Amino acid sequence: MAEKPHTEAHAHAEHEHDHKPHGWRRWVFATNHKDIGTMYLVFSCIMFFTGGAFAMMIRAELFKPGLQIVDPGVFNSLTTMHGLVMIFGAIMPAWVGLANWMIPIQIGAPDMALPRLNNLSFWILPFAFLLLLSSWLVPGSAPAGGWTMYPPLTLQFGASFPMLIFAIHMMGISSILGAINVVVTIMNLRAPGMTLLRMPLFVWTWLITAFLLVAVMPVLAGAVTMMLTDHFFGTSFFNAAGGGDPVMFQHIFWFFGHPEVYIMILPGFGVISEIIPAFSRKPLFGYEAMVYATASIAFLSFIVWAHHMFTVGLPTSALLFFMFATMLIAVPTGVKVFNWTATMWRGSLTFEPPMLFAIAFLFLFTIGGFSGLMLAMVPADFQYQDTYFVVAHFHYVLVSGSAFSIMAGVYYWLPKWVGRMYDLRLATWHFWLSAIFFNVLFFPQHFLGLAGMPRRIPDYAVQFADWNMVSSLGGFAFGLSQFLFPYIIWKCVRSGKRVEGTRAWEGARGLEWELPSPAPYHSWTTPPTEAMIARGAEH
Amino acid sequence: MYRARLGIRPGIWLSIAALLAAAGAASPARALDADNARSSGWGLLNLPVGVTSISRDVYSIHMMAFWVCVAIGVVVFGVMIWSIVFHRRSRGAAADVTLVHNTKVEIVWTTIPVLILIGMAIPAAHGIVLIGNEANSQLDIKVTGFQWGWQYEYVGKGVSFISKLDAKSMAASELDSGISPYRVPHYLRNVDHPLVVPVGTKIRLLIGAVDVIHSWWVPDFGIKKDAIPGYINTSWFEVDADKPGVYRGQCAELCGRGHGYMPIVVDAVSKADFQAWLKREAAAEKPAAGNAPSS
Repeated sequence: MAEKPHTEAHAHAEHEHDHKPHGWRRWVFATNHKDIGTMYLVFSCIMFFTGGAFAMMIRAELFKPGLQIVDPGVFNSLTTMHGLVMIFGAIMPAWVGLANWMIPIQIGAPDMALPRLNNLSFWILPFAFLLLLSSWLVPGSAPAGGWTMYPPLTLQFGASFPMLIFAIHMMGISSILGAINVVVTIMNLRAPGMTLLRMPLFVWTWLITAFLLVAVMPVLAGAVTMMLTDHFFGTSFFNAAGGGDPVMFQHIFWFFGHPEVYIMILPGFGVISEIIPAFSRKPLFGYEAMVYATASIAFLSFIVWAHHMFTVGLPTSALLFFMFATMLIAVPTGVKVFNWTATMWRGSLTFEPPMLFAIAFLFLFTIGGFSGLMLAMVPADFQYQDTYFVVAHFHYVLVSGSAFSIMAGVYYWLPKWVGRMYDLRLATWHFWLSAIFFNVLFFPQHFLGLAGMPRRIPDYAVQFADWNMVSSLGGFAFGLSQFLFPYIIWKCVRSGKRVEGTRAWEGARGLEWELPSPAPYHSWTTPPTEAMIARGAEH
Repeated sequence: MYRARLGIRPGIWLSIAALLAAAGAASPARALDADNARSSGWGLLNLPVGVTSISRDVYSIHMMAFWVCVAIGVVVFGVMIWSIVFHRRSRGAAADVTLVHNTKVEIVWTTIPVLILIGMAIPAAHGIVLIGNEANSQLDIKVTGFQWGWQYEYVGKGVSFISKLDAKSMAASELDSGISPYRVPHYLRNVDHPLVVPVGTKIRLLIGAVDVIHSWWVPDFGIKKDAIPGYINTSWFEVDADKPGVYRGQCAELCGRGHGYMPIVVDAVSKADFQAWLKREAAAEKPAAGNAPSS
């Protein structure tokens, strides 16, 4: 490590403890939030390409009618594993990685509150996914009951079933421990002067997400454990012949499952709420409304779960209640879209890659919201349920919603992490290829669903061939374009142009932009000053 | 500092594509299975209007929701595009940093969506009640899903049979079968023994399953109901008296390897033809051993 002049007392204090372990120990025994954040992000990237490979095989099989590549059972495993890997391996760990990197810095804390718990939360994941992915190799192959794992179907899969359940348990524990860490950190380690209503939106949305995680991950654990005991210990929670109820699984699963999708998007709302003001050179419009809207969305997310179950035979009263509650979520979500738009309105916009991804998020996530509103209308949902219309909807909100906002966050904060600027031209290419081919891939799936194509089928009637071919071509192009992303990051780390000063982006505000770039290994060992906090909290 | 230049062309491309899609979607799909393999897929953009009162109601709720979304989209995306074009730094726009919050406008854009949603909820709630009204059916049919096909039983009529994917589709659907799906009539949507029903008759379905969850869905009827072991779900439909024909659907809940291979074919015929068919079926099935009389 280079010697630095000891000009000020606090600089001296920072370097005193700046010896970190080297080699593999640095990573295996990591307690530094930046190192753990980096590991989560690298892991998430690997999982993104793994889940993406499964998706490419799915689109290859669906390219033409007829069965050309895989057995239908393998196809079902592909769709199941694609979902599990993307949700639990790519999206959720990416958000935890961004949380680890940014939350302590943004609240003026030196690290997360529970650094060793943080280490455990991360290291559980590679083992969980080793367990899950090695299920491809056991007799009967990987689980093939959908990521939603409904019984009785899921109980028909032999050796892979316990592997699936234990992998879910491990991922759940990782998420719960991480969420506890986030809540404790935000509630206890904010710097003096950093009151709750001065925190950046990313910290707010993660605080709310963490409460959702703690509330619902144990419910998922309960559901899959009941399936485990049904299979191995003779219970009959979901076995009709024994007096049990398959629909009860769906209720319990979706009580977890609906908040889960908000867990996957809320941090994205936070990231977008920081990027749009930065590149509009205007503060976020309606900061407090945004906080209340996020909290409303989180609360409402607990009372809408049965909209995933409209066709199971719910009584009329339940259909009415869940339809009304689901439609209601459109209100706070709309408020957020309006506030982001108002932030751009009469701003001074520039279009660097983070802003490009944020604007694409605004357009495309809103389209996903529209198809969601249509899905809420129960009589129409009887036509949409379990068709490609649903697949189109959730990919619009999860890919152009969650994934694009993760990429936006990485492109926004990478100069702070690495101290170098990445190739903006190449990143702009990555953006345009992603945005255009994402739409080629998923927009036609609305048509396919409306025309009558069910989901989770490896082969289809010939009238669905045309749009499936378009979708598959879009998929191949979208998939290929994603290789640009790790390349751009790697190139930046190796040889990016060094960033001068603390603020990589002219309009960026927040405590992270008061630190040098790259951010020091131990940051905010001395808390930020009131002036620093005030600069970031202009609203 | 580097500033990316936003090409207008991709934005216009996307907008035009979206408008075309909306225009195409505004017309309902033709009752397509009248034709064979040559019906072009490009024109299949929308739900069918269908042949029952339920399917028509569902279609109008769907189109109402769609146009509301288009209208909101035009306004919201219009404002965004305006900002992107006119409020950009490269055009010399200066940021108005006083535009930071406005409680009145927050109330307005909370209240207006609530009112729109109430307007949408009323016809939808009405539709739910309509679909739930199964009383006074004139014919009951028990539908049982299994891995991988459907069993149909005409309650009280002594007719029951199994309906599976037809042999030609089955052969062509094998991995590397060498048979082109385009050469198979109604590939993957044809069965060996269709469900025959009379038009102009309120038919109640009693839907269950013996192994895993399946789902019975015929788009042209506008109904879908899960077939769940341990449950008897009910649904109803009445095909318009002037719309006899063959209507096709598929299983709509992942049920294993054969999920994509257990279609539904309903042959809606005149009441007279139905009675004649029923008589023939009952006679054909009587001598079959092991057929328990239906309750």
